[in-house]
Amino acid sequence: MSAAYDEKPLMNLTEEKVEISFKKESQVKEVWRRLKKDKLAMFGLTVIALMVVIALCAPLICPYDDAIKMNMRLKLALPSAKHWFGCDGYGRDLFARCLYGSRVSLTIGFATSFATLVIGSLLGAFVGYTGGKIDDLIMRSLDIFSAIPSTLFAMAVVAALGSGIVNICIAISLTRIPSFVRIVRSAVLGIADQEYIEAARAGGSSTMHILLRHVLPNAIGPLIVQTTANVSMMILSAATLSFLGLGINPPQPEWGALVSEAQEFLRRRPHLLIFPGSLICIASFSMSVLGDGLRDALDPRLRT
Amino acid sequence: MTHESKKSAVPLIETRGLKKFFKVRNGLLHAVDNVSITIPAKNTLGVVGESGCGKSTLGRTVLRLIEPTAGQVLYEGEDITAFDKHQMRQMRRKMQIIFQDPYSSINPRMSVAEIIAEYMLINHTCASKAEAFQRTAELMDVVGLARRYAGVYPHELDGGRRQRIGIARALSLRPKFIVCDEPVSALDVSIQAQILNLLMDIQDDMGLTYMFITHDLSVVKHISDEIIVMYLGQCVERATSDGLFASPLHPYTQALLAAIPEPDIEMRNKKIQVIRGEVTSPVNPPPGCRFASRCEKATDLCRAQTPELIEHTSGHWVACHLYDK
Amino acid sequence: MSEKFLQVRDLSVQYRTDLETVYAVNHINFELEKGQTIGLVGETGAGKTTTALTLMRLLPEKTGRVTSGTVTFEGQNIYDLPDETMHTIRGHHIAMIFQDPMTSLNPVMTVGEQIAEALELHNTDGKTREQIEARVDEVLRMVGIPPERKTNFPHQFSGGMKQRVVIAMALVCEPDLLIADEPTTALDVTIQAQVINMIRELRDRLGTAMIMITHDLGIVAQTCDNVAVMYAGRIIEAGTAFDIFKGEIRHPYTVGLFSSIPNLREKTARLTPIPGLMPDPTQLPAGCSFAPRCPHATERCRTEPPSVWRSGTHVIECHLLEGRGGWTKEGRE
Repeated sequence: MSAAYDEKPLMNLTEEKVEISFKKESQVKEVWRRLKKDKLAMFGLTVIALMVVIALCAPLICPYDDAIKMNMRLKLALPSAKHWFGCDGYGRDLFARCLYGSRVSLTIGFATSFATLVIGSLLGAFVGYTGGKIDDLIMRSLDIFSAIPSTLFAMAVVAALGSGIVNICIAISLTRIPSFVRIVRSAVLGIADQEYIEAARAGGSSTMHILLRHVLPNAIGPLIVQTTANVSMMILSAATLSFLGLGINPPQPEWGALVSEAQEFLRRRPHLLIFPGSLICIASFSMSVLGDGLRDALDPRLRT
Repeated sequence: MTHESKKSAVPLIETRGLKKFFKVRNGLLHAVDNVSITIPAKNTLGVVGESGCGKSTLGRTVLRLIEPTAGQVLYEGEDITAFDKHQMRQMRRKMQIIFQDPYSSINPRMSVAEIIAEYMLINHTCASKAEAFQRTAELMDVVGLARRYAGVYPHELDGGRRQRIGIARALSLRPKFIVCDEPVSALDVSIQAQILNLLMDIQDDMGLTYMFITHDLSVVKHISDEIIVMYLGQCVERATSDGLFASPLHPYTQALLAAIPEPDIEMRNKKIQVIRGEVTSPVNPPPGCRFASRCEKATDLCRAQTPELIEHTSGHWVACHLYDK
Repeated sequence: MSEKFLQVRDLSVQYRTDLETVYAVNHINFELEKGQTIGLVGETGAGKTTTALTLMRLLPEKTGRVTSGTVTFEGQNIYDLPDETMHTIRGHHIAMIFQDPMTSLNPVMTVGEQIAEALELHNTDGKTREQIEARVDEVLRMVGIPPERKTNFPHQFSGGMKQRVVIAMALVCEPDLLIADEPTTALDVTIQAQVINMIRELRDRLGTAMIMITHDLGIVAQTCDNVAVMYAGRIIEAGTAFDIFKGEIRHPYTVGLFSSIPNLREKTARLTPIPGLMPDPTQLPAGCSFAPRCPHATERCRTEPPSVWRSGTHVIECHLLEGRGGWTKEGRE
């Protein structure tokens, strides 16, 4: 092959003088191609996509009313053709509650994860790259902050701001930021030693440019895995708050809240726990494998 | 006498008493200790020594990639150690570096073309992005990288080609001075020869000045005009390339030369001369010659007083009490 | 027929994954007498390390496969032996030194413990605790490390000393064969000199046979009786050190290797490197694997694999030898 002629540069000039393609294969297409090969990740992606679509189409499937309408005659009804998931302690159709609950839970899961990702990454990258006293100051502050039990902290925030989805999101995000900062910071510290960072400085790069162009893209791997792990944690945190009466306002359904509601009837009607619980499990499992697949797909070094 | 001809007498690079100390847990690490060198334009200064001698630190300190603790670095007579951030950024275009490790010195997430074009884009040296990429193509030709690799990622290429990427990148801002930090040490023997030839050709074509850092004496002899030998942060000998190999003065230089196994079976049963012991610590070094503990010819004077670098014969400097006049 | 100490016949090794097959070693032959040293020379990807691992049956289980040939050590076929016997052989009869001393040593065990471990594993003649410790001290002294340091951990030693510890571990059971895979590449020149001297002394004193894997022709000249030059998984030239260094004709690759090295004595204006790269081991070319880079290549070289030619102890695999006086064809596996 022409590999042998690399040493003699002049031979190439006549060859491809005019049109050189500097576009590498579109990044996104390339990542997608690699992701498609990972069957488990595709499974996860399909499941999550399905859940999101169903959640968005909820009004088309059944009216919101079904989720909150109480009917004591149907109290604790078992799953049947009319009520696929059965009914809860107030006679409300569990399927409808799970369906509308998915809207809330998925929103909380994604929104908070995204927020913590953005804030945590920027802060972590800055802190990791700068180092020195600023690093110490910020990390120790975050340490103090993480010493506060997250549930109590979230409760305090919700108590201060009031209940509702937005405020829950804020409360939960805040509790997760320190771990994100720590992850990004350690990824950055690992990269900051690499010679290509030094090479960028030698070329006159500013700190901002180095962070955005060199450091963060290479730290994406652990970030993605953490973000996807976060989604399920967020859902559970929201459930905790709902359980304590500080989150979602009943009767608004939310998976975690459904799980806590099911506690009372666990022995008699396990299906009240199984359905929403399974949904949480499936959602977080799918996010997990999708995250693993994305991380592998984004790493050009694993390119075959 | 015009300004131009006066300028040509000034060496391109000069350091005066350059020092770099690092604070470590139990004291001060003397990485570079009082090194004064001059490199005339279009010349190559070889910096040779073993691990821990401070040669890599010296290279980076000259470029102010590591800030010097003391001393000056002069570029064409101007003291760049006094430059502020903005002025230093301008200087970066004239002084560049080629790294040793072709694997960690390029960003694995950028394509070959992006890596080479990066400096030009950051420094806005080209009128447009298209022009930057055109220049990238030309650089790839110069270093012998087939243009079809432009969109490829570095991990798909071998060490030799990656090193060519690093060289192309270093050339992109049209520097006058390049620090080559062990650019061929990580490569196979036959690839080493290719890259060395390339570096020498580029030097001739573009009139570059090199500081060539290496531990390999045969390589340094081949490429350098003048050589300095470093030991524990200090320059112990300095001479022209021919002069150093013809008559090495410092016991360390002699030991270094004697330690190289020669590819000649006639020399087979010659026992390789070994220096006894190990390198002493560069942290809080005691007074006196730093090589004294390993030197067979060391005297009490050697252990008490650090020898100065003095010109023994024309153009040949040595820091050793054996040559005290 | 006298039994050779080590005999490798028509050995081929492949690494197979789902995606591709790497032809790492292709039909190599060499042998070693007791107490002799053979240098295995070549660049990255030539197959030297794979050969060494094959001799010790240390190929990665899932992917590494011996596809042809035999390895006979002291009359026994290595690949026929049961696992337990192989465990006894490794470390006791055949020992290996790896390239990077940083990763060859366990960071959480003291140096003394690691050397003793090798002894304990092969403690066939029931040595007592004291005897083992005494032997550890003895072997440390042999490699130039004060025995008091045996309670130190690896990170407390410099690179050169770590490599000496590795050598001590390899030699403690007095193996009959030592395989050294680029033992000094990671070391400074002056330390390299110490280590090479030490290896030579020990080898002379203990009569250990050695396979020295290296790309450094200087080390080969200093330490090896015989040499085998590897390229793309084949041994393209072999013979005594004299044949390789002073032979009247040599394989073009060997010639290229010699001219790639800057000469310390004479000043050359320009080096003459071998252009191009070693071929991709998953797609070896038809014909001679060196043909794409060879300045003397002919059409025949590109299509027809060359035969092996012999002149006394000197063996070369190349078409150029055809018709040359003093050289007889030996065929090709």
